[in-house]
Amino acid sequence: MRAARWEWLPPLGLVALALGVWEGWVRAAGTPRWLLPPPSAIGRALLSDRALLWHHGGVTLREVLLGFALALVAGTLLAATIDASRTVERAVYPLVIASQTVPIPALAPLLLIWFGYGLLPKVLVVALIGFFPICVNTVDGLRAADRETLALLRGFGAGRWTRFRLVKLPGALPFVFSGARVAVAVCVIGAVFAELVGARAGLGHLLTRSAAQLLTARVFAAIVVLAAMGIGLFGLVALAERWLLPWRRYTTGTGGR
Amino acid sequence: MTEGGPARRDAGCDPAAPAATPTTAPLLDIRHLSASYREGGRTLPVLDDVALTVGGGEFVALIGPSGSGKSTLLDLVAGLADPDRGEIRFGGGPTTAPGRLGRAAYMRQRDLLLPWRTALDNAAVGLEAGGTARRAARAAARARFSEFGLAGFEGAYPGQLSGGMRQRVAFLRTALLRRPLLLLDEPFGALDALTRAAMQEWLLDRLDAEGDRRPAVLLVTHDVEEAVLLADRVVALTPAPGRVARVEPIALPRPRRRETVTDPAFVRHKGALLAALGPLPGSRS
Repeated sequence: MRAARWEWLPPLGLVALALGVWEGWVRAAGTPRWLLPPPSAIGRALLSDRALLWHHGGVTLREVLLGFALALVAGTLLAATIDASRTVERAVYPLVIASQTVPIPALAPLLLIWFGYGLLPKVLVVALIGFFPICVNTVDGLRAADRETLALLRGFGAGRWTRFRLVKLPGALPFVFSGARVAVAVCVIGAVFAELVGARAGLGHLLTRSAAQLLTARVFAAIVVLAAMGIGLFGLVALAERWLLPWRRYTTGTGGR
Repeated sequence: MTEGGPARRDAGCDPAAPAATPTTAPLLDIRHLSASYREGGRTLPVLDDVALTVGGGEFVALIGPSGSGKSTLLDLVAGLADPDRGEIRFGGGPTTAPGRLGRAAYMRQRDLLLPWRTALDNAAVGLEAGGTARRAARAAARARFSEFGLAGFEGAYPGQLSGGMRQRVAFLRTALLRRPLLLLDEPFGALDALTRAAMQEWLLDRLDAEGDRRPAVLLVTHDVEEAVLLADRVVALTPAPGRVARVEPIALPRPRRRETVTDPAFVRHKGALLAALGPLPGSRS
């Protein structure tokens, strides 16, 4: 994140080159638009369909944000409970790990049956997907607290809650952010998948509908918007981390990954 | 609901008691103390029938080879562990481990500063841990920053400070607690020789500056010279399990300076203690 500005040039140049080759090749070969539209057609679709993309993108973004928030709250709270109680840790933590063997997207049809075509089943899929990286990272972060520091605080007269508040929680924040960065990217994937299974709105819904109508340029435009959404959310989490954890610039490898 | 709450209030009754002369009961009175360390299935004895007293305002140094239980003894006094046998009296009364928590101010070899807190917030964390409100704790820390040679570094993170400065922040954190007893576990062990010598003099100055409120100190060190230079009395322990090998009152006048190490009396004390420690195993670490 501290990369100098010119470090962005090589990947941007590569993308520009790839787009140029794509454009030239499609034009030269006379490939039909419904099979593979040139980048210029996708750019036009982004412009002409902007109202449509804005509407469906808003729906998807709301699902992602609500699901991510739910995952963040549930993941950190469960991690704190696991850290606080040996009993909970023994009973629940193996289940949390085992839950990862269930392909969450496979639950989407079930959630559709139970909760219908609305917002709720999408938010639940997003939350289920985002929950795991946040919870596991937070548990690791709480466990990484320095035992000698905890003993020192106990010697100062700090009780369990005070030790948690002053040492464990702030020490775990870098780990929470690591989990959140992973989670926010997969949350977008989760939302699209839940929409593909059955929805009345959202970019995933727009994708399937446009593909069925062979509006291929619009499909690409929706994909571009989704990618931008993923990158943007990832960047926002990284920005929040820099802003909330300014001290991390001065440490080398302690207190987080 | 903090575990340490009640203990702290108790400590408030007798504490910073007139430091100058030990009255009837010593501040800290350790009797027949035995402790062991459990590792795997085995129990290793580390302290065997140790007796030790520290009067108000007195500086006692504890030396001994590795494994002689010096650090264990500080943990016991701090209330972080229970002994197998024996008792630890504070101001005359017997105590339990939970009752000792928060009575003495503990400082270890590692500065244990929190990397996410600025120097000012790190200095305040000891008071905060004891239940003082954040604002009041910060104000108390800020008031003594320049006295500790830290002026201008209030907003610096530990990662931006030198080893000596970090240790001074840790000292300030300890000093702000205003406990009648400081437990110092090799506080200069991780510093280079020059910084270490400067910090030893600096510590003596800080203690002298406290006047009537001068706290008693129980210092654990590997370094015989450091012990003789700083302490009123040096207690040497045998190799594990640690027993008291010798109690050496140090008759050097104060204030002591770096040059004190060339005083013939200093050399005599050092010789007596080295003899009491016996042939040291090759490593001193």
